Amino acid sequence: MPDGAQPVLAVEGLQTVFRTRGGAVHAVNSVSFDLKPGELLGVVGESGSGKSVTMMSLLGLLPSPPAQIRGGKVMFEGRDLLSSGEEHLRSVRGAKVGFIFQDPMTSLNPVFTVGFQLAEPLRKHLGMSKAAARRRAAELLDLVGIPDATRRLGDYPHQFSGGMRQRVMIAIALACDPKVLIADEPTTALDVTIQAQILELVKDLRQKLGMAIVWITHDLGVIAGIADRVMVMYGGQIVEHGPVAELFAHPRHPYTRALLRTVPSVRGTREPKLNVIEGQPPILMAEPAACPFRGRCRHAFDRCARENPARYPVGPGHDAACFWDYDKGGPRDA
Amino acid sequence: MPDGTGTLNPLVEVRGLKMYFPITAGVFRKKVGDVKAVDDVSFTIYEGETLGLVGESGCGKSTCGRAVLRLYEPTAGSIRIAGTEIATAGFDSLRAMRPAMQMVFQDPQASLNPRMTVAGIIGEPLDEHTTLTRKEKLARIYELMDQVGLNRDFANRYPHEFSGGQRQRIGIARALALNPRFIVCDEPIAALDVSIQAQVVNLLEELQDRLGLTYLFISHDLSMVRHIADRVAVMYLGKIVELAPRESLYGSPQHPYTQALLSAVPEPDPMVEATRRRIIIGGDVPSPANPPKGCNFCTRCPKVMDICREIDPEFREIAPGRHVACHLVTQASQTAGQAAASEASGTTEIRIQQGE
Repeated sequence: MPDGAQPVLAVEGLQTVFRTRGGAVHAVNSVSFDLKPGELLGVVGESGSGKSVTMMSLLGLLPSPPAQIRGGKVMFEGRDLLSSGEEHLRSVRGAKVGFIFQDPMTSLNPVFTVGFQLAEPLRKHLGMSKAAARRRAAELLDLVGIPDATRRLGDYPHQFSGGMRQRVMIAIALACDPKVLIADEPTTALDVTIQAQILELVKDLRQKLGMAIVWITHDLGVIAGIADRVMVMYGGQIVEHGPVAELFAHPRHPYTRALLRTVPSVRGTREPKLNVIEGQPPILMAEPAACPFRGRCRHAFDRCARENPARYPVGPGHDAACFWDYDKGGPRDA
Repeated sequence: MPDGTGTLNPLVEVRGLKMYFPITAGVFRKKVGDVKAVDDVSFTIYEGETLGLVGESGCGKSTCGRAVLRLYEPTAGSIRIAGTEIATAGFDSLRAMRPAMQMVFQDPQASLNPRMTVAGIIGEPLDEHTTLTRKEKLARIYELMDQVGLNRDFANRYPHEFSGGQRQRIGIARALALNPRFIVCDEPIAALDVSIQAQVVNLLEELQDRLGLTYLFISHDLSMVRHIADRVAVMYLGKIVELAPRESLYGSPQHPYTQALLSAVPEPDPMVEATRRRIIIGGDVPSPANPPKGCNFCTRCPKVMDICREIDPEFREIAPGRHVACHLVTQASQTAGQAAASEASGTTEIRIQQGE
């Protein structure tokens, strides 16, 4: 991951709104990030923090209405995906950008064989013949560690276990040799021992294939093990972002710090009482004019209710959207 | 807890519990086999303690929890709660026992009736089991809402108006309504976000201290179980493979499955993750309708021996309070036992660790 490399994906000021009967929900607010070739970017946040909606907005995967992308740019291979039209998006989705969803049962079609579903992107995007697609499909199943691959092409999704289904999903996402792979909570529905298998597989595939990965999760442990860079989302915004070692060692946003403290560990010392983030996540019914975390923040002061903090640099490649300066131990200069 | 002063009374004693679900086939629904969801499980829960029951999905931990409260009709075995036999009790005596044993369910969305108000939900056990007047009942409902940290003003609202964490508080208040002694918590935090999980776990712990409750805490989250449980039982494919006090189970797991399970949990620290060597167990859990011959874990065990494919290991106490079902541990303790028959069992335990 050379630092100066041109990003494969650059997102700027993305804003997504859901129009509902109760009013507009501001799910994603001016989110900007880029993805360098071959790196793994981890996206952490709780449910409703906007991490999935951000990634789905990039590829136009949200139904509109109710979703509406209000602004921003998504640059991929020199074109803005938000303004390039459905046809161009279709040539990108599943070909240059692969997607893995959380629940492998609902994202595979139960009435088609796994072989058919694997061959579909190969035939559509790469124009392969039926026989060639089938051969490649068997190779892909083999690549993701499914034994007896050729025979299993004729099986239906229900004949696979949860972990095996997720391997099939990964194989489909990798079918056309994508430059970017977006994985939305790919191990959340799996047991820990199966999750460990999938994490090892992804590490191995990264070495072999070298694509850039965006990995969405709420599990800080998973992120610590596989990511190069981490983005923490809260209330539809990026609140902190930095290299993985730096972010875990020196978290600068009060939310990240609190989140890291609430998670108990299976190793090390056991705290007699769990640390708690009091209160509830915000309801995003209005355009954010203030810090979304201020109601639960122990450092909140008057400025936090007046302005929404920008992302301040706090270290090499590390920024935090907070008016409180940890290094100084006081508010930032206005 | 079990190595304590011995003043602890067993509150729940489960012996040889089996819960089989029949598999039927054909027009006449002839029975062709059994799904052995819980297969010969024994454990004791002492008064005031929390027993954690961990395992992966499909291992039978929820079925076990439900069978203990006799929400299922167990196939075999004995369940004694506060000295009363539950497994074979008749309908009336079982109903009289219900107030003492309650349950908190996993999904607060599915376990709360969407057409009932919060007061109605929390008050329903009171309607069924007590003869309180309306006023007394309302007072009790308010008291319960205070206990679980819900605003009294919300008593007439419906479940959909609450967040996940608050809904779980409603479920807990309902479980507490009849002053139970024993509560089965079936994955009470699995559906909640991390920041809310801690709130609910702290609430459960506070209530335990205040009301002297005994919990069976079922979860797949090993780190949360380490926090809340005093002793931990690990289940795999319908059987308990290891049961030990928290510190020794997490500190020196004996069963290869427990070792693999603990090593699979990712640590929120990049430094640790970079250097840590994980035990990866291949394959998937076999079907409980057709478990392997011998030890249930023999198909995935990294330390499998010939004997494991033949004989099902006995669930034995290898040190005071530590139970393991594994030939490896039994063999090691036997050889160690022969070498130094007169030594204390604590020494045996150290030898097992060295032997690995």
